[in-house]
Formats: sequence, structure tokens, C-alpha cells
Amino acid sequence: MTDSFTRLFAPIGAAALSFFAAIGRAAIFAGRALLAAVRPPYYPARFVQQLLSIGYFSLPVVGLTALFTGAALAQQIYVGGERFNAASTVPAVTVIAIVRELAPVLGGLMVAGRVSSAMAAELGTMRVTEQIDALVTLRTDPFQFLVAPRLLAAIVVLPILTLVANAIGVMGGYLLAVYRLGFNAASYLETTRDYLEVTDIVSSLVKAAVFGFVLALMGCYHGYHTSGGAAGVGRATTNAVVSAFLLILLANLVITVLVFG
Amino acid sequence: MSPAPDPAAMEERNPGAAIEIAGLRKSFGEKIVLNGVNLGVRPGESLVIIGGSGTGKSVLLKCILGLLQPDSGTIMIDGIDMTEAPGGDRADVRRRTGMLFQGGALFDSLNVWRNVTFALTQGRARKGRSMRSLAVELLAKVGLDESVADLRPAEISGGMQKRVALARAIASRPDLVFFDEPTTGLDPIRANTINDLIRGLVTDLGCSAITITHDMESARRIADRVAMLHEGRIIWQGPVEMLDDSGNARVDKFINGRTD
Repeated sequence: MTDSFTRLFAPIGAAALSFFAAIGRAAIFAGRALLAAVRPPYYPARFVQQLLSIGYFSLPVVGLTALFTGAALAQQIYVGGERFNAASTVPAVTVIAIVRELAPVLGGLMVAGRVSSAMAAELGTMRVTEQIDALVTLRTDPFQFLVAPRLLAAIVVLPILTLVANAIGVMGGYLLAVYRLGFNAASYLETTRDYLEVTDIVSSLVKAAVFGFVLALMGCYHGYHTSGGAAGVGRATTNAVVSAFLLILLANLVITVLVFG
Repeated sequence: MSPAPDPAAMEERNPGAAIEIAGLRKSFGEKIVLNGVNLGVRPGESLVIIGGSGTGKSVLLKCILGLLQPDSGTIMIDGIDMTEAPGGDRADVRRRTGMLFQGGALFDSLNVWRNVTFALTQGRARKGRSMRSLAVELLAKVGLDESVADLRPAEISGGMQKRVALARAIASRPDLVFFDEPTTGLDPIRANTINDLIRGLVTDLGCSAITITHDMESARRIADRVAMLHEGRIIWQGPVEMLDDSGNARVDKFINGRTD
């Protein structure tokens, strides 16, 4: 009886232990990374390099995502709103949905897909080729040299990307509403401005900063702990993207409930 | 941070470093890799560790360097126990060490001369001109000319990468150097250049050195003493002159490459 009970629950217990151990490891990693970020020596050139890599080179993908999503959203709100004579709510609902949710979340997910995977692959390759060990023997803290610049750059640049995505997303809705659905251009912009609140923008930027932290942390964490050669690098890359996606969506829910709940 | 070495001062003798390893054990899960290693290196001595693949030679080196935490045992470097020393003391010891990794472990994102001077710059863009000329001097010591200085590691051959890594390992004038398979992948002439360079570090500059190798010719040229690691223990150690008369069957079999 005891044996069969153990056989049934042992794998569940082991999985739970493994899950919480992973959370603990990630939390310790995050703590070390944040400590490394505030402690000298600093690497400003590497920080700027990461700003470009994460921010500037993500602009096209984030901009296009926001443009298409804003336009599609305006179309859906128009069609849905018509069912109860509320088609005129397109500008208000579009701006609120874009700024509060879609720009930060979709922007974060797109950047995570692009950047977390690249970070995990780069650090993972450095791990399996002993470059990270070499850094230690050359008296350089890998957390300060590799992790901190990526983490800080992502935290700084994601809000900027999200601001741009907010503007482009609203523009996408505007273009579709004005040129396809026949809205008056001036009144669309006026309604958009009237319904947009400071809280919406602040929450959008706070979310983006948190998502930046999450996606860089997951990329660095999985890359740093890579083992098992090329296959290990592949696993680290996949795990980085999947965990970054899930944590971004979870963080979004928590922040939304805290700010707007 | 260490100052840029003066080329003239490169010829000054180092004090060397003493290493004493006692009862070192390291396991990965169920697999016991090091099972009570006892080993010593005197200042200015070159120790070569031989042994079959997978016997824990690289793990031993990583434990000494503090890259892996042993399960038990002590590693004393000039009186500092690296297994328990605070970060500052470990950093002081690392300041005096150089390491050549088996695969080179050059940083892909930096060009060759920035790799070579990394121990002096910690990756920051400073003293560019003097660092580059220092790197060119060090590259010449390992048989490479200036034309490779501005290339990326991916743009040079594996053997050249190894030599660049060797130049990087000695750039900060360490008095304790570790070499993991220094001649693997090199042609015999280049291998001898590297052997002579390592021997010169010990004989002329007074460095202490620990080298891991399968290359017996290299071992004979580099070593003052040889130790053989087998199943996680040192089963024989002695002066290199006694290697052929060790009286240990496993050592004989290994150095003669016998498969019986």
C-alpha cells in the first residue's frame, strides 16, 4: 500500500521540488545580477551595445506588430460595437487597449522572442566553450561583464520601445478607422486624447520595464546555466523563450490587477 | 588592476607559487571523479599530470582554479586555502595565475589583440595603442605575426586560436600557470614552440606550472615532475627522468600506448 502510494505521488513531489528549486535558483540569479549591476566596475560600452542590440534593432518588429495590431483592433471594435450601436467607441477603446495591454505585452513578447533567445544562445555558447570560465580566471565577474549590461539595457529600452509601439498602434487604428471605416480624422484624434489617461501611460511603461527585466533575466539565466554542448544551447534557447513568454503574461496579469483592480 | 607589463620587465623572474592539494574529492551525482587526490607543486616547478580521457584531470584543474567547488579536501596556494578563502583572497590568487583552456576559450566578440590583453583591461577599451603593441609582442612569442591581431577568433585556425589563448594566459605575467592540453591540434613544429615557451616560463621566469597533456613528448619536454591520475587518485608521481622506470604497470602502459 505504502509502495504504491509512493510510486503514485513521488513523481509529483519530485516535479514540485524541481519547480520550486528552479524558482529559487532564478531568484538567486536575479539577486546576483542586480547586485552586479549596481557594484563597480561598470561596463558602459557594453551597456550601450546592448541598448542598440535590444532596442534599436527591435524597432522594426515592434513597430510593425503595433501597427497591424492597432488596425486589426479598430476593425474588430467597430464590427463588435455595431452590434449594440457602439461603433463610435473605436478611438477610445483602441487607445485604452493599445496603451494598457497590447503595446507592452505584444512588444514584450516580440522582443522576448528576438532577444531572450539570442542572449541564451550567446551565453550558452560561451558556457559550453568555457569562455565564461575564462572570464573568471581573468578576474572578470561574468555577472558584471555579461549579465548586468543586458539586464539594465532591457529595463531601460523596453519602456522606450513601448512608447513608440503605443504611438504606432494608435496610428494603426487611426489609419484604418479614417481611411476604411470613414471616421472623421480630427474627432478621432480628439476622442483618443480625451480618453487617454496618465495612469494608462505610466502602467504601460511600468509593465514594459518589468517585461524587459523578465526577458533579459530568462535569456541570461538559461544561457548561463547551459550544459551539454550544442544540444544544450538549443534547449537553453527554447527554455528562455518559453519561460520569458509565460512570465511576461503572468507579470502582466499581476500588474494589471494591482493597478486597475 | 595589473599595470601593463614593461617588455624589459618581462624577463624578470617570478617568485613562483607553491600548491599543496590534500584529500581532494569531487563527485557529479553518483559519479566519483576525484577520490582523494594528494599532490604538491613547489615554487618554480613544472608538474605535468597525465592520465586517460575522463579520469578527472580537467576537473582537478578547475577545482584548483576555484571554477568548481570540491566536495572535500584542501587546495593551498601559497598558504591560502582556495576551497574556503573569501572572494578577495581568491581574487588575489587569481591575479597571479594564468590559464590556457583546452579549446582556447577565446572571446568571440573581441578581436585577437583585445583577447590577448584581456587580463590587463578586463574587456574595457583603454590604452588601446599600448595594449595592441603589447599584444603583438606576446603574439610573436607564440609564433604569430601582427596580421592576426585585428582578426576575430572565428577568422583564424584552431591551432592559431590555441596560441592566441596561450599569449592571453601569460599576458599578465602570472607566477602560476595552468595548461590544459597545450599542444593538442598543433603541428609538431608549433607544438615544440609551445613546449619551449612553457619550459621557458618555468626555467627562465621562475613560474610554477601545472600542465595536463596526453602528448608524452610534450610531457617529457615540459615536466620537472610527472603525476598520473587514474580512477580519481594519483597512482604515481616522480621526476620526469624516472618516468620510464616508474615501476608502475599502469604508467608504463600509458606512456607506451600499449593496449594489452
